[in-house]
Amino acid sequence: MEEIRDAFGGAFLLLIQRDTALLEIVFLSLRVSLTALFFASLIGLPLGSFLGSGRFPGRNILVVLLNSMLGLPPVVVGLTVYLVLSRSGPLGGLDWLFTSHAMIIAQFILVTPFVASITRQTVEDLMEEYEEQLTSLGVGKIGCLFTLLHEGRYRLLTALLAGFGRAISEVGAVMIVGGNIAHLTRVMTTAIAMETSKGDLTMALSLGIILIFLALSLNVAAQLIAKVGRA
Amino acid sequence: MPKLDRTQKILPLSIRGVSIEFLGRCFLRTNTLEIKGGEPTFLLGPNGSGKTLFLKACHGLIEPTQGTISWLGYNSSDAYRYQSMVLQRPVLLRRSTRANIDYALRASGLSKEQRKDRIQKVLKATGLEKIAEKAARNLSGGEQQRLAIARAWATEPEVLFLDEPTASLDPGTSSWVERTLSAIVTNKHKIVMSTHDLGLVKRLGGEVIFLHQGRILERTLSKTFFECPTTPEGRAFIANELSW
Repeated sequence: MEEIRDAFGGAFLLLIQRDTALLEIVFLSLRVSLTALFFASLIGLPLGSFLGSGRFPGRNILVVLLNSMLGLPPVVVGLTVYLVLSRSGPLGGLDWLFTSHAMIIAQFILVTPFVASITRQTVEDLMEEYEEQLTSLGVGKIGCLFTLLHEGRYRLLTALLAGFGRAISEVGAVMIVGGNIAHLTRVMTTAIAMETSKGDLTMALSLGIILIFLALSLNVAAQLIAKVGRA
Repeated sequence: MPKLDRTQKILPLSIRGVSIEFLGRCFLRTNTLEIKGGEPTFLLGPNGSGKTLFLKACHGLIEPTQGTISWLGYNSSDAYRYQSMVLQRPVLLRRSTRANIDYALRASGLSKEQRKDRIQKVLKATGLEKIAEKAARNLSGGEQQRLAIARAWATEPEVLFLDEPTASLDPGTSSWVERTLSAIVTNKHKIVMSTHDLGLVKRLGGEVIFLHQGRILERTLSKTFFECPTTPEGRAFIANELSW
């Protein structure tokens, strides 16, 4: 019990002192996860909108596939990206293995299904509610889709938050493709795993506290945005 | 067919041998009929008689399984700009009263200047000025229905379809709806409306199309329908004895 108390005390001290090593890890984690989320949104939002609003043969199969991808095991994704980016792999020439690029790719693969799936569900629900009314007003299919995205913007924010949560908390895949190299690919989750195995609970807890604080702050910000927007 | 011109009249509406089926079951079947401009047309009948299907098919929201519905030879999707519909459960967008009307006007192709003038005119005519900036989703049920009617009317359609617009409204709002409908009729807009409010039909006059179990059983002047219905179902309906 005393050990845990000391660890918490040390963690707060590191945070207050703005420890350089700690900040470096935090900023790298944010950079990797936000970049992955950005690219996942570029693909996931249009894909989800298309699947949510479209009626075409094979759509149900695509939806099932997409939903199945929500449960992709991160270590398998990490291993696949590793094989693709390794020297003998098809993209080995890029020399991206054990760099932040590889981590972004792995997180992008894990996050895109989240963003696409929640977007699809949002658009589908809104279609059910609005389609008849918008058709009645003479709004075309594209106009209808843009209206739905506007109407569901706060629900889509949830999709992005869920995606970010998945990215920032990921450890297996980024450990495999990033290698947890100090000053290069060490992010919060891999650092927590490493510090815990080393027995340095102070650093591990500091990172854990920041991780939880980040997730909380983002959720609070999203709630506030939604509240202000609806007012 | 030449492209429709905004100034062109598109009535009469021709309905030829229309049937609407879902999963092999027929929910509406009509023979040939024509709906002309002028006095309002009321669709009467018990719940499940096909009134909503009839309106949606005329408006173009439902494709008939058989038969044709045409406006001077044009189909309903070509004629969207000339007709509006107030659905039984209208969906309002998550924006202000003014923005909801603006959205409908933008969809009908009006310029920003035209929209601004039209919105003011409609807000004033419908008494919605005081709640113009309020979020539509936060309005009361009666206010939402008033906004739905104002939004549909704002586009100045030649034909306005209304699906039970006074259902579950308080007497004050029902009376407002009736006054608004009278004003619409006076302004030479055609109203085609389903309702259970027989008093309103008697007061507004026009003609009645009486439906029962997906079939049109009577079509006559409303005065005639209420005084001497020709079918046993019509008589039972007026006497409040006809259930689905």
